[in-house]
Amino acid sequence: MNKFTTALATGVLALGPLAAFAEDSSDPIVIPIHNWSSQIVMSNVVGQIFEQMGNNVEYVTTDSQAVYESVRLGDVTMELEVWEGAFGASYRTALEKGGLHDAGDHNAVTREDWWYPMWTKDACPGLPSWEALNDCAALFATAETGDKGMYLDGPVDWLKHGQERVAALDMNFTVVNAGSAAALWAAIGAAEADKTPIVVFNWTPNFAEAVWPGEFVEFPTWVDGCDKDPAVGPNPDALYDCGNPAEGYLKKAAWDGMKEKWPAAYETLTKISFTNPQIAEMAKFVDIDEMEPEEAAEAWLGANADIWNPWLSK
Amino acid sequence: MLDVTKKTSDKIELTRHKMALILVAVAAVLMVLRYAGLLPEALFRLPEAMIPPFAIWLDTIFNFVKDDLGLLKLTRFLTGGLEALLDTTANLLFGKRRWPNLGPIPWTSIAAVAAVLGYYLGGWRLAVLAAGTFVWTALIGQWKIAMETMSVLVIAAPVAFVIGITLGILAWRNPWLDRALKPILSVLQTLPFFTYLLPAVIFFKVGPTAGAVATIIYAIPPMILMTTLGLQKVPEEVVEAGHMSGCSRWQLLCYVYIPSARQEILVGVNQVIMLCLAMVVLTAFIGMPGLGAKLLAMMGSFKLGRSFEIGVTIVLLAVTLDRMSKAWVVKQPAHFEKGTPWWKRHVMLLLAIAAFIFFVIVSQFIEVASTVGRKQNFSQGKELDNLIKGFLNIEVVKSTTYFLRAFVNVQILIPFRNFILSIPTPAVILLVAAFALWLGGRKQAVLAAMFFSLVALSGWWDRSMITLYSVISAVSIAMLIGLPLGIVASRTERWSRRILLVCDTAQTFPSFVYLIPAIMLFGITDIAVIFSILIFAMVPLTRYTIEGLRAVPHEMTEAADMAGATRMQKLWKVQLPLALPTMAVGFNQAIMFAFFMVIIAAFIGTQDLGQELQRTLAGTDLGKNFVLGICVSLMALTFDLTIMKWASDQKRALGLGE
Repeated sequence: MNKFTTALATGVLALGPLAAFAEDSSDPIVIPIHNWSSQIVMSNVVGQIFEQMGNNVEYVTTDSQAVYESVRLGDVTMELEVWEGAFGASYRTALEKGGLHDAGDHNAVTREDWWYPMWTKDACPGLPSWEALNDCAALFATAETGDKGMYLDGPVDWLKHGQERVAALDMNFTVVNAGSAAALWAAIGAAEADKTPIVVFNWTPNFAEAVWPGEFVEFPTWVDGCDKDPAVGPNPDALYDCGNPAEGYLKKAAWDGMKEKWPAAYETLTKISFTNPQIAEMAKFVDIDEMEPEEAAEAWLGANADIWNPWLSK
Repeated sequence: MLDVTKKTSDKIELTRHKMALILVAVAAVLMVLRYAGLLPEALFRLPEAMIPPFAIWLDTIFNFVKDDLGLLKLTRFLTGGLEALLDTTANLLFGKRRWPNLGPIPWTSIAAVAAVLGYYLGGWRLAVLAAGTFVWTALIGQWKIAMETMSVLVIAAPVAFVIGITLGILAWRNPWLDRALKPILSVLQTLPFFTYLLPAVIFFKVGPTAGAVATIIYAIPPMILMTTLGLQKVPEEVVEAGHMSGCSRWQLLCYVYIPSARQEILVGVNQVIMLCLAMVVLTAFIGMPGLGAKLLAMMGSFKLGRSFEIGVTIVLLAVTLDRMSKAWVVKQPAHFEKGTPWWKRHVMLLLAIAAFIFFVIVSQFIEVASTVGRKQNFSQGKELDNLIKGFLNIEVVKSTTYFLRAFVNVQILIPFRNFILSIPTPAVILLVAAFALWLGGRKQAVLAAMFFSLVALSGWWDRSMITLYSVISAVSIAMLIGLPLGIVASRTERWSRRILLVCDTAQTFPSFVYLIPAIMLFGITDIAVIFSILIFAMVPLTRYTIEGLRAVPHEMTEAADMAGATRMQKLWKVQLPLALPTMAVGFNQAIMFAFFMVIIAAFIGTQDLGQELQRTLAGTDLGKNFVLGICVSLMALTFDLTIMKWASDQKRALGLGE
């Protein structure tokens, strides 16, 4: 028995009498796992908390868009990272069809926007302003884009509207869609060798911040309605003439049946809330320190008992 | 007599080729009109208003079948049974907490049994390979995830085998079933993977079950085809002998037909195993645990080295299972003298059991023999990362890729794409029909025209053409490299074997691992997409070239030598014409692989059907997803039908049987 389990055991023992009231089903709670580290570690952290509460937990790897259909059907019990920008659309579609619901927001806020690694700033000192970026457009040109700069947007299924923004703000950029997060990293990784200026779609919290320090481009501030009313924003005739909201939500979603089947776990789920630094730390354990996700979760739980103890059901 | 038939067939050929030329001419006229600006817009692209709402219709049909006909209930019921099986193997192999709660089996036991089995099937070499694979897996720190993968495959492969052989037997018995099954199988094989994803998740529950089902569906077709083929080939005399010894129909099947078709059936088994392993990574999107899931996670955090190591494990597993199953094909049943004691006849089985038990006991006392932890492994992920990055940073590599990007991409590929997009829709349909008519025949031409018209009706014409452009470009380049490679390698037995091994490796190495280096080399461009397809498409071209050339009868080459042919003459006049039908099969497979891979290349970033398919996942837009999938399938099928017809015509003309 290692330190962590001892710590956990005492934590659970202390709360044991209270937890005993809730009668969770012995069926496994199914937690979906996707292909980025913070989500994997967070899922393991929450899973281990549930296990200590006496639940059975199983993990299943899924596609991060198709997962909402599975939550809706109850095949998967919850989703711990619903990003407003990337998965908002899939989540809302599933919400309309019914079968899952909002289980509260994390404290963390997400930001998804045009981003550049620090070395880009050496070549284009006016950054992070978007006008300065536009003036340096030629620096970002590739063999294919001619004298226009290339902006590498996220995959189309993330519905990022880079194209619309370039048109709305009349920017001298060509938008190329990467096919996956891995493709974005590969592009940054390739640019790193020569310190080639590059501007790509990126988000926070994310492991990339630790590997490649960088900044977001400052676009005209997001105003509500920028995506629906052309009058909003600097260009009176176009949609998407603002930056993305700098404080997007990071939600948890739960299957409708969870509350009845695992009341105690559900109670805990609604209380769970991670902050940006916590999420970054989890990702760092795996991405930089090369731990396995399960070990990273143990390490995080061991070091942060005061954070997660209050989440256990009362 | 023979002369006459030859002449009439020549005549048919002539008119067929003439008609094809007429079609090409009409297409050319349309193109000229277009460039002169005289072609009405409606003849250039189908007007939006004429496109039927297929997506909505399909959505309605899907929902009707799913809910009103109760298909969902049925599949969910089946899922329950499958899940019980998967849970059992999951418990045994990696200790999931399910019945029978015995596992996980120590890795040393599994490696030892694999070694004994390898020795039994193929002697020392295979024993070393089998044991080596499992020891590598354990030492590199991937034991648990490899077993998660295997826990699904050990169920999926036998299920695919059983379903495949049953359907194969039924199709052999009932020609109507055979005829009905063939097109369904072709569509299943050409449908892009993204189209399976959502239905698999909805019907079979995200997780190992959906992964197993997707794997099974993908692996069944060759099993069915090989079974039918084998049974059809059983010689009349053997069946007669069976009848004479008074066999019932069941006995005839079990003791006469199946043993006589053993060779083909086992080749089918081999194919099933290989296809199962090919799906390891893709099925991770729908919940398949293990190596694939880990690989995706590693790629998501830009860990090239460790994804590469996982790729190596998958290749090793594939090569081991492939060699074992092939050895099993060649191995003849052993016969013993009467009165040989039981233990002597089953000495290998006893040895395997003994080794198994020995290591189970050992692992009770020595922990390393039971599980290798993360801390004890020898993973070199970081070092490999630096090695790969270092390679990409070499000046020569950089200037080559820059040249390729600036020249091949900007000067050749992009103009080619724009050219294809500038051809009026009817002209493309005519050209494809002409191609099918020239190579295949009337029937193929009609089907080709119909298929491409459907693609035009789907409303995704431009994206379909970009898909087609990537496929054509990649296959053309693959031919330029793959064919000469195959020809040179086929000269000697040793080089043939070596290159075939490279082919096996390239084919089973998860295609995802290629994507990242492709991007790092070429950026997110068409050339990166084509590069990643190229690797995949070259494999069958090279493989079938080697196999076709090596199968040329000895008498033929000898005759050419005696006639005083030079090496070049012998190659061009004798060997290549005889090998051409086989090479055509390789060419066909190259196109099929390219259609498969071009959709996966959506992960790099494309503007074709793959990208649109990816987009449908966000809104769980099933109807549109089907429409796009069918577009890919129809285009692939057109080539498949035409080329396979040509290959079998040629084979018949050359008197090569079948």
